[in-house]
Amino acid sequence: MSVQPRKLLKGETGDWEVVVGLEVHAQVISKAKLFSGASAAYGAGPNENVSMVDAAMPGMLPVINRFCVEQAVRTGLGLNAKINLWSRFDRKNYFYPDLPQGYQISQYKDPIVGEGEIEVELDGGETIVVGIERLHLEQDAGKSIHDLSPKESYVDLNRAGVALMEIVSRPDMRSADEAAAYFSKLRTILRYLGTCDGNMEEGSMRADVNVSVRRPGEPFGTRTETKNINSIRYVKQAVEYEARRQIAVLESGGEIEQETRLFNVATGETRPMRSKEDAHDYRYFPDPDLLPLELDPEWVERIRNSLPELPDAKKHRFIRDYGLSAYDAAVLAADRARADYFEAVAKGRDGKLAANWVTTELFGALNRAGREIEATPVAAERLGALIDLIAEGVISGRIAKDVFAVMFETGEDPAKIVEERGLKQVTDAGAIEKVVDEIIAANPAQVEQVKAKPKTFGWFVGQVMKATAGKANPQAVNDILKRKLGLE
Amino acid sequence: MNDIADLTLAALRDALKAKKVSSLEATQAYLANIEKAKALNAFITVTPDKAREMAKASDARLAKGEGGPLEGVPLGIKDLFCTEGAPTTAGSRILDGFRPPYESSVTANLWRDGAVMLGKLNMDEFAMGSSNETSYYGPVVNPWRKKGGNSDLTPGGSSGGSSAAVAARLCAAATATDTGGSIRQPASLTGTVGVKPTYGRCSRWGIVAFASSLDQAGPIARDVRDAAIMLRSMAGCDPKDSTAVDRPVPDYEAALARSPKGLRIGVPKEYRVEGMPEEIERIWAQGVDWLKDAGCEIVEISLPLTKYALPVYYIVAPAEASSNLARYDGVRYGFRAKEYKDLLSMYEETRAQGFGDEVKRRILIGTYVLSAGYYDAYYLRAQKVRKRIFDEFVEAFGRVDLILTPSTPSAAFALGEKTADPVQMYLNDVFTVTANLAGLPGASVPAGLDRDGLPLGLQLLARPFDEETMFTGMAALEKAAGFKARPEPWWG
Repeated sequence: MSVQPRKLLKGETGDWEVVVGLEVHAQVISKAKLFSGASAAYGAGPNENVSMVDAAMPGMLPVINRFCVEQAVRTGLGLNAKINLWSRFDRKNYFYPDLPQGYQISQYKDPIVGEGEIEVELDGGETIVVGIERLHLEQDAGKSIHDLSPKESYVDLNRAGVALMEIVSRPDMRSADEAAAYFSKLRTILRYLGTCDGNMEEGSMRADVNVSVRRPGEPFGTRTETKNINSIRYVKQAVEYEARRQIAVLESGGEIEQETRLFNVATGETRPMRSKEDAHDYRYFPDPDLLPLELDPEWVERIRNSLPELPDAKKHRFIRDYGLSAYDAAVLAADRARADYFEAVAKGRDGKLAANWVTTELFGALNRAGREIEATPVAAERLGALIDLIAEGVISGRIAKDVFAVMFETGEDPAKIVEERGLKQVTDAGAIEKVVDEIIAANPAQVEQVKAKPKTFGWFVGQVMKATAGKANPQAVNDILKRKLGLE
Repeated sequence: MNDIADLTLAALRDALKAKKVSSLEATQAYLANIEKAKALNAFITVTPDKAREMAKASDARLAKGEGGPLEGVPLGIKDLFCTEGAPTTAGSRILDGFRPPYESSVTANLWRDGAVMLGKLNMDEFAMGSSNETSYYGPVVNPWRKKGGNSDLTPGGSSGGSSAAVAARLCAAATATDTGGSIRQPASLTGTVGVKPTYGRCSRWGIVAFASSLDQAGPIARDVRDAAIMLRSMAGCDPKDSTAVDRPVPDYEAALARSPKGLRIGVPKEYRVEGMPEEIERIWAQGVDWLKDAGCEIVEISLPLTKYALPVYYIVAPAEASSNLARYDGVRYGFRAKEYKDLLSMYEETRAQGFGDEVKRRILIGTYVLSAGYYDAYYLRAQKVRKRIFDEFVEAFGRVDLILTPSTPSAAFALGEKTADPVQMYLNDVFTVTANLAGLPGASVPAGLDRDGLPLGLQLLARPFDEETMFTGMAALEKAAGFKARPEPWWG
């Protein structure tokens, strides 16, 4: 990738480029865990979802959950990645009380998914491509709880053995915004695919953020890894902090240590967790309890054929079929439910107008009400009907906003609201002319002024709308005013 | 001794079916023998109440003319098999007080077929050992003694409790497991029949793991027929074990009646070690003659990679063990050190006090060979050699149907004789580990006595999942050997 000067960070001694790669752990949507039949559901009481296998009782053996494999393949396909028909599980050995087996079953040398790439839209309309290095399946660990008792720690094994996908990106991101946008886009894709719910507050998606800095054009610098970041905002903060910290260290003549760091959500800072010297020797080796995973190419093809339309494809289709801007198309395509809502509104109508109403009015109102699209009080057909009323000239765009506000309160049919509240637009030229005449007669000074300064024309429009309670057809008001004021 | 306990499993089974004896009578007879044989230390746990209860249930089924292939037959279970509600120790202190809330698939198969559990048999700690001396519960003593001698000998290991209990008539037959020879070596040293089936033939689910890619369950029994009956009940596919193979279980007993005529028997010249007693050479040659006389064709073969088998085994098995035994951390079950100051010292103290020396030695070796920087030189290279050993067997089995070797390089040795030198101890497995590395079925059949009056066994190896041909060969050896010797019951 070429160096983009506007993304460079200014230091005391010159420009720096930040390089970011993400390792994202995404919990697989599945009823059961990766190697045991125990429930993978969130929110159960402590140690309620623990099988003998999860608790690593003597003689227990893992058996691969076919559905989790299918989910990993589906995700790999959604990331435009190579599906490895032969992969293998390895043991990653270390001791910790929330790791009952004393090893995590993961995939080390032979992951189920190889290289891929995704498009990521940035706020300014730019699109970058981020490479995916690999995706592998592994078990989650349990949870250690240290704050229930002053002397003891507690362990909850509900998560132990839950299936995770670790998705490793290439170091292709060059700013905190790019890293945040990639994380967000990945979440969108996983949610589309139905392979991860993306609920970050429940820990369904977490990122380890690898950051290094270098002078433009130089080789990669030494990186640090900041672990377990669970929001898009924190990813951005962590990259910003790490980049600034590393630049400061280097500019003061220091060296960056390859180390693992922790992110403090309260301060937005990172601090060292362990250095390279303390790094574990995980003693990876193939898990002899499991056979290599061999996939039938036809099965993979069946999964490929069952994939939903993905956000990039949807975005491109929205631009093509509805004439939307790339930005609007990306905003709408970012969430499957929102995209579906938009399509229901736009069908057979002006796509741009529909996009405007959905992204500005509806999303704005939902945001203020703290609601998700699934809980919208305004059904797509009703918003469509409102747009139809505007297109048919029954109400003006301005009145429509008032009608929409009522709809958002009551969920009622817009035609009914317009009828009951007498909001129908006045298009009768005679009635408008009468109001215009009255206003011209009452404001001779303004009439003089508008001839010299045509910009004050808007004042007249405002007066007419005020007098008609906003119901006058704005186009008709314009035409009649211009004619009567002699501005044509 | 009493008459019922003298019946072979097959004979007891028939007598039970014919209602000549009851399961309760047989069970009481064995419990009485166990009570008298405390000096052998063959059992870690005896479960008399459970045994009588199961026997009564069997008798009820037999009375109705119902019941499975092992209905009412009392068995001993190696303490590596998890048995629901009954202590399961793996011969280790670290599993102190552990009572599994589940039943291993192999023992569940046996109970399904009507067998009765007498108790849990002693063994080397975590099946690591060849003399039963690594057991936290003390060594098992071989019922056999040298002619005129009275020193205690090893019953072999790790399934020493199983071999001793079968040889001393403390159960009709026993389960055992074999990771590098732990069924065949103890069988050879006690004049019993031991069968390690093909890897994947029996489920490993619920068997405390030693080395997952090598561990396999099998029977130790008084004769070949009993072993065939046992294996048929123990074997079978299991969706809970990904390495258990989904193939029908043949009627191994039926294979005994097949003619060995025309079978090609491979005799590998490499199955010799320095200092191997001449008597073992002699009994091996005798075995060759017996099979020749039975109409088999003898083929000289070469398995040159055999000399690498033991080093490969002592890399692969400890590597897997070091990981498999990580779960014994004192957190969830079993033993936990009484005094510790933090998490790390809890782990260290628990494992230091909970594991014996041999287990620690193997965890150290295994940890070392998997470490960064050593993995390629040891573990990876060992796996490559292992693959070549397998290939060598595949090639050999293109020319022969069975391979005949001695089971062990020596007869039973004295307790304490080899404990000071682990390598001398490891050499016990020199003829048996190849079958584990290659996943092949192997069996030991008693062939005769040495000049001290101690039993010696011969080993047969077969193609993967061709246990039937192996049983045909075993029956031929057994018939020719006519081995009828029994240990003098000095223990009570």
